[in-house]
Amino acid sequence: MTKKLTRRRVLAATAAVTAAGSFVTPVRGAPPEAQKITAELIAAAKKEGKVTWYTSVDLPLAEKVGKAFEAKFPGVGMKVERSGAERNFQRIGQEYASKIYICDVVNSSDAAHLIVWKRAGLLAPYLPEDVARHFPETQKDPDGMYASWRVTLCPIGYNTKLLKPEEAPKSYADLLDSKWLGKIVKAHPGYSGTIMTATQQLSRDLGWAWFEKLAKQKVMQVQSAAEPPKKVAQGERAVMADGTEYLDYELKARGEPIELVYASEGTPLITGPSAVMVRAPNPNAARLFYAWSMTAEAQQQLNVDLGALRSAHRQVKDRAGMRKFADIKTLREEANVVADEADEIKARYVKLFKV
Amino acid sequence: MSSTADGKVPRLARADRRRLLDFSRPVLIAVVAVLAVMIVLPMGWLMVYAFADKEGHATFANFVTLFTDPSFVDPLFATLIISVSVAVICGLVAAPLGWLVARTDMPLARTVRTLVMASLVTPPFVGAIAWEMLAAPNSGLLNQLWRSLTGMPADEALIDIYTLEGLIFVIACYTFPYVFILVANALDRMPGELEDASSMLGARTWQTARRITVPLALPTLLAGALVAFLQALNLFGSPAILAIPAGFHTLTTKIWSLFQFPPKPELAAAAALPLLALTVVLLRAQAAMLGRRGYAVLGGKYGAPRLIRLGGLRLPAAALALLVLAMPLFLPYAALLNTAFSRVASQFIGPETFTLRNVVFTFWELSATMPALKNTFLLATSAATLGGLLALLIAYIVARRAIRGHRVLAFLATAPLAIPGIVLGVGLFLAYTRPPLTLYGTLWILLIAFITIQLPAAYQQLGSAFHAVHPELEEAGRMLGATRLRTLMDITGPLLGSAAIATWCFIFVGVIRELSAAVILFTSDTKVLSVLIFDLKESGEVGAIAVLSLVMIALTTLVVWAANRLGGGRDAVRLQLRVAG
Repeated sequence: MTKKLTRRRVLAATAAVTAAGSFVTPVRGAPPEAQKITAELIAAAKKEGKVTWYTSVDLPLAEKVGKAFEAKFPGVGMKVERSGAERNFQRIGQEYASKIYICDVVNSSDAAHLIVWKRAGLLAPYLPEDVARHFPETQKDPDGMYASWRVTLCPIGYNTKLLKPEEAPKSYADLLDSKWLGKIVKAHPGYSGTIMTATQQLSRDLGWAWFEKLAKQKVMQVQSAAEPPKKVAQGERAVMADGTEYLDYELKARGEPIELVYASEGTPLITGPSAVMVRAPNPNAARLFYAWSMTAEAQQQLNVDLGALRSAHRQVKDRAGMRKFADIKTLREEANVVADEADEIKARYVKLFKV
Repeated sequence: MSSTADGKVPRLARADRRRLLDFSRPVLIAVVAVLAVMIVLPMGWLMVYAFADKEGHATFANFVTLFTDPSFVDPLFATLIISVSVAVICGLVAAPLGWLVARTDMPLARTVRTLVMASLVTPPFVGAIAWEMLAAPNSGLLNQLWRSLTGMPADEALIDIYTLEGLIFVIACYTFPYVFILVANALDRMPGELEDASSMLGARTWQTARRITVPLALPTLLAGALVAFLQALNLFGSPAILAIPAGFHTLTTKIWSLFQFPPKPELAAAAALPLLALTVVLLRAQAAMLGRRGYAVLGGKYGAPRLIRLGGLRLPAAALALLVLAMPLFLPYAALLNTAFSRVASQFIGPETFTLRNVVFTFWELSATMPALKNTFLLATSAATLGGLLALLIAYIVARRAIRGHRVLAFLATAPLAIPGIVLGVGLFLAYTRPPLTLYGTLWILLIAFITIQLPAAYQQLGSAFHAVHPELEEAGRMLGATRLRTLMDITGPLLGSAAIATWCFIFVGVIRELSAAVILFTSDTKVLSVLIFDLKESGEVGAIAVLSLVMIALTTLVVWAANRLGGGRDAVRLQLRVAG
C-alpha cells in the first residue's frame, strides 16, 4: 500500500533529516555574499529618503529603534507600522495580492511567516556581514533571506502586590488550579505571533487537554502578547499565562509590581526574524536598516540593553539583571510546523476559548 | 404667468423646455451613476459572495453554516439580546429626560441639551475604552474608589465592565442621545392646547402627562427605540473592546474576525446579510410608525406649550439629569484625562504619578500619529464638502421635482441607511480589491465609504431645509431669466446657509467617529485616527489612546464651533438620525 505523498509527510521527513534547527527550507543554490554597510549604500538610502518597517515588537521600543536609526543615518526617515504579527501577516498578504507595495523591512515574532513568505517569493536575499560572521546557523536562513533580529521568551508572570512569591504559580500545571479562576490574563494566537509560536510549542508538549482545562478558568482574553504584562502590572489580573519576557523586565525596571516565572515544564522560545521585502519601494534604505539592525552595536544597545530582548548575535551579552539565557529551560521551536498548522491551531483555540 | 398653487414649476415655452431637458438628463444619469457605484456595486458583490463558495459556484452552504455553527449562532443571539436591552434602556432613560427638558421648568435645560450634543461627538469606542479604565473589575478607578471607601477585599468589584451587562450599559450610554433628541424635539413641537384643555378640565400634572403627552409622544418614542436598536445592532467598536476580553462575540465582531487571515469573505458576506435584512425591516417599520404623523411644522396657529412647574422637585430633577449625563460624559472624560497624564492607567493622578510622557510619546515618538491626523482631517473635510454638495444636489432635484425619476434618486440617497457600517466596509472591500477599479489601498475607497455612510442623514437634513424654503422665491428668479444653477447659487443657497453648515458639521463629525467601515478598508498608508486608536488598544497603549482621544474630541469641537460661527449665529441643529460607528 503506497503512502500518499502529502506535504506534511515530506516536511516531516525533511525535519527528521535536518539538524534540530528552526529553519527548514529547501536550499536553493549557494547563499549570497556577505555585504558590508558601504558609503554607497548609505548615499543611495538617503536618496530614497525613507523606509517603512512592519514589526510586532512592543510599540515604544519599535519607535525608539526607529529614532535611533534616524539619528545614525540622518536623511532617512523611518515609519514604524506596528501591529500583531498575525495581523501584519494578513496585511502583507492582502497588500501584495492587491499589488500594493508599502513594506520595506518586515519583522515578525512568528518565524513561520518568514518560511511562508520565502516559499511565496516575497523576500529579497540579502546577507549582512554581521549575520554571516556572528549568527549561528540555526538563527539565519541558509539562502540569506532572513535572520533572527530578536529572541525572547514567553513566561508566566504575576503581580507582586497581589501575590507573594510562594503563592505564585510555578508551572503550567499550577495554572489549572481552581484558585486561579478569573485571575488569569492571556493573549491570542490569532493576533500575536509570539502567542501563536508559544501555543504550538505548548500544545505539542502539554497537549491540547491543557488548553481545554485552561479555557475553563475564565481567562481574560486580550490580543497582543504585550498586553498581559501591562494588565498584570496594572493589577487587573493577578497572573499572566503568557506574555513577552522583555516587557516584563522593562516594567520591572520601571518599578512596576510584576515578576516572571519560568515554568518548570519549560518556557516557550520565540525567535523574531527580519527580512527585506522583494518589492520594497525603498530597497537601499531597506537594506541599510536591515543590516544596521543586525550589528552588534544596535543589538546590544537597543535590543538588549534598552529593550530587554535577547540576541542571536554571538558578540552580544545578556542584559545585567536578566536571567542568563543558558540557565533557562526552554521548549523547542519548530517554525516549519507552525507554518503548516497555524490555521488549525487558530481554529482549535477559537473553538476552546470562544473568541 | 402665475405659479400654480401646488408649487410646480410653471410651464415653459418649448424652446426653454428643450434646453432644460438637455442638461437635466445627463445630470440625472451622472448622479445615478455615482450613487450606483457607491452603493449598488458593493452590495451586489456582497450578495455574490454570500451565495457562492470558494470556487465560485452558487450555494446556500454559507447560510447553512451560519445558522448551524454555534460560533455563529451565539453571536447572533448575543447581538439580539444587546440590541433589545439597549433599546429598552434608552427608551426608559431618554423619555423622562426629554420630557423634563422640553416640558418642565427644570433648571439647566439648555445646558443639558448641549451636553447631550457633546456626548454625540464622543465616539462610542472611545467611550468604551474610557469605561474600561473606570470599571475594569480589578484595576478600574471606580472599583478602586469603592474598595477604599467600603473596605471590600481586593477581588470584589462594584462593576465588572467585561460582561454582557457592561457592554449593554456602555452602548446605551452613547445611544441614548439619539432617542433623547428625537423625543425632546417632538415634545418641543407638540401643541400646548391639548394639555391646556386637559388641565382646564381638572386633570393634575401627572394625569395630563400620562393621558395626553405620553400617547402623543409614543410614536416618536418607539421610533427612537428602533433607532437605538439599530445602533446597537450595527456597532463594532464597543463590542470589540469589551466583549472579546469577556469571551464572547457579537455579529459585527464575528464578521470582522472572519477577515483575519486567512480571510473568509463568503462567510463574512453571509453573516452580513441578516444584519442588512433586519435593518431594512426595522427601518420600514419605523417609517410606517411615523408615517403621516410626525414633525410637520405646525405654523403659527398653535401656541408654545406651557412649561410644567416642578416646584420642589426642580433641583432633584436637575441633579438626576446631570447624573444621567455623568455616564457618557463626566466620568469617561475624567478617566481619559487621568490616563493621559498618569504613569500607569490604573493609578489616580498625584504628585508622583503625574507625567507628560504619554503626550510626548504620542506626538514626538509615535510615527503613525501625524499621518493619521492628516488623513483624518483630509478625509473629513473632503467627505463633508463633496458629500454635502452631492446631498444638496439630490435634495434640490427631489424637492423641486426638477427631473423625471427623482424618486429613484430619493430612494438611492436614503438606501445606505439600511447598510451597517461594517457591512458596507465588507462590500466595498469585495468590490474594489479587484480590477478594473482597484481602489483598495488609496484614500478614495475610504472617501467613498464615508460619503456613502453619511449621505442619508445629510440628504434628509437638506431635504427638510428645502421644504422650509418656499419655491416662490426661486420661481421669481426663474421668471426674471436666471438659469436653475444661477437661482440655486444666488437665491436658494444663501437661504439654506445655516442648514448647509449644519450638514457639513454633521458629516465632518460623523467621519471622524467612523470605525466599522474604516477598520476593514485601511492600509498602513491610509490609517485614520479611529483605526489608530483601535490598533493602539489591541497592543495596550492606553496612555497614547487617552491623549489621542482627547485631541480628537477637542479638534472636532473646535471645528464644529468654528463652522457654526462662520454660519452666523446659533441654529438649533435638528440632527437627523443615522446608524454610525
